[in-house]
Amino acid sequence: MAGVPVELKGFSLSIEDKLILAGIDLRVEQGEYVSIVGPNGAGKTTLLRCINRIVTGGSGEISVFGRPITQYSQRELARRVSYVPQLDGRALPFTAEQFVSLGRYPYLGPFSAPGEEDRRLVREIMAGTGVTELADRRLDTLSGGERQKVFIAAALAQGADLLLLDEPTSFLDYRHQVEVRRLLERLNRTEGKTVLAVTHNLNDAVASCHRVVALKAGVKVFDGGPAELVRRDKLEEIYDTTFILIGQPGSDIPLVRPGEAG
Amino acid sequence: MRVRKWIVAAIAAFSLVTVLAAPLAGPHQLHLAELWRPGADNIDARIFWDIRLPRVCTSFLAGSALAAAGLAFQAMFRNPLATPFTLGVASGASLGACVYVGLGFTFTIFGFSGEIVGSFAGALLAVGLVYGVSRFKHGFTTGGMLLAGVAVSFFFSSLILLIQYMSDFTKSFNILRRLIGGIQVVGFDAAFELLPFVAGGVAVVISLSHELNLLLLGEDIATARGVNVARTRKIIFITVSLMVAGVVSVCGPIGFVGMMAPHIVRQLLGPDHRVLSLGAVAFGGGFLTLCDTLARTVIAPVEIPVGVITALLGGPFFLWLLMAGSSGRDVW
Repeated sequence: MAGVPVELKGFSLSIEDKLILAGIDLRVEQGEYVSIVGPNGAGKTTLLRCINRIVTGGSGEISVFGRPITQYSQRELARRVSYVPQLDGRALPFTAEQFVSLGRYPYLGPFSAPGEEDRRLVREIMAGTGVTELADRRLDTLSGGERQKVFIAAALAQGADLLLLDEPTSFLDYRHQVEVRRLLERLNRTEGKTVLAVTHNLNDAVASCHRVVALKAGVKVFDGGPAELVRRDKLEEIYDTTFILIGQPGSDIPLVRPGEAG
Repeated sequence: MRVRKWIVAAIAAFSLVTVLAAPLAGPHQLHLAELWRPGADNIDARIFWDIRLPRVCTSFLAGSALAAAGLAFQAMFRNPLATPFTLGVASGASLGACVYVGLGFTFTIFGFSGEIVGSFAGALLAVGLVYGVSRFKHGFTTGGMLLAGVAVSFFFSSLILLIQYMSDFTKSFNILRRLIGGIQVVGFDAAFELLPFVAGGVAVVISLSHELNLLLLGEDIATARGVNVARTRKIIFITVSLMVAGVVSVCGPIGFVGMMAPHIVRQLLGPDHRVLSLGAVAFGGGFLTLCDTLARTVIAPVEIPVGVITALLGGPFFLWLLMAGSSGRDVW
């Protein structure tokens, strides 16, 4: 189905009289990997949650795949947009396989169980994301990295072409950071998923994505290629702190490190 | 999976045996051969068909409804302590019934007794109050909600006492029945009155199995997976209010069944509501039937109200749940 995966036109949102997002214009093309960066409280998470209507309200327009989100039923929207929330300590009593199967919800009727086709798809996705051996483990017994991969598998089970991720690599150990980043790159590059990911890790963000969007206090302050973002004046303007850029061999984009004041 | 099938079979067997054995228990020893012999002078048949069997049917239906209602609330609020009883819905229903009795109304709406209509209104009022108060300031915590439930419960119970205090003796006795749950029924009228509420409510809860699974994981995940959370919540509020209203107007408020039955079955079967809802409904029915059988046999011929039995079991159970972990992780 045609249509731009994500398009926001002058979208603003206030919660309890506090302006969270102000006049956001954003367009994410088919097959793009876009990272959203910015300081805490900039509205990054809220922006993601507005796109799949976890947060409702606001003014302006949000469309996914060429149709305003208000014209979708929640179930239809779930078939086009999937979501991986931030890792938190909530109780998750299901096994990994049960949890991934719940991703098939938008295709199930009220009394129907997931059919053979659903089960095959779930097995395939779990194999593809490397979580097959975790199938019978309870989610809250998994490590953060294992859990994150299961969450991505569950999002993929929704069969959506647009993947929204909230800090997919935060709180993970180095091995899992790399694994999750490679998984996301593969989903984007070879399986054609459009990815919109909130992240705090600038080096990660610029390594994987085609484009970076920066928010600051609810306003979009940057939208462009990674190379343009990784400049001291730009970063210092966005984050209100100093940075050190370290050139790395084999790449024209330097590594970013927050620097000591001065 | 194999083990789970055996547990399902065991729960089904427990309910079946309880329902079959319960009518035979009691101070009067029944002679099975007498039950099908017609005749107005046949004491055994009268006791079995007019008193014990209707009572067993009523308690099974009530237990099933309370378990289904508790299950739905526990999943929706993501806390095993959140049940219609603890959140004041049962007190609301009692208050509604008392207002009806106390003010001496008599009316029916669409064939439903005014008492049930009053109970339903009271139950909805309680749900609205508790939910509204705990939602009022965006921060929605389970602790806050339980406190609101306790407050609403106390307030409504006081109103009931006030109505009782100002009523004459007959009404007063009638109202006392709304404060303590008990299943003193004769004949099948009560069971038939209860049946549509229980059948309808249980069917709705079972049809929402997928939604309950997802709500258990949190509103954000449920929404992201395609659940219309606001609509589902409304359906659950109305369904639970109807079931609780039906049970309260027939049996009075019977506490803790809605908390214990789903939780015990969840420990046995796991959190998947497609299996859990059926198990909880069967177990809840059997469990309340068992409690009611105890209530009328332990110190026979004197009867203990079944609400007292369930509360005696439920109080310690509630404390145990509370101590087992506030994070919810250990509890589920």
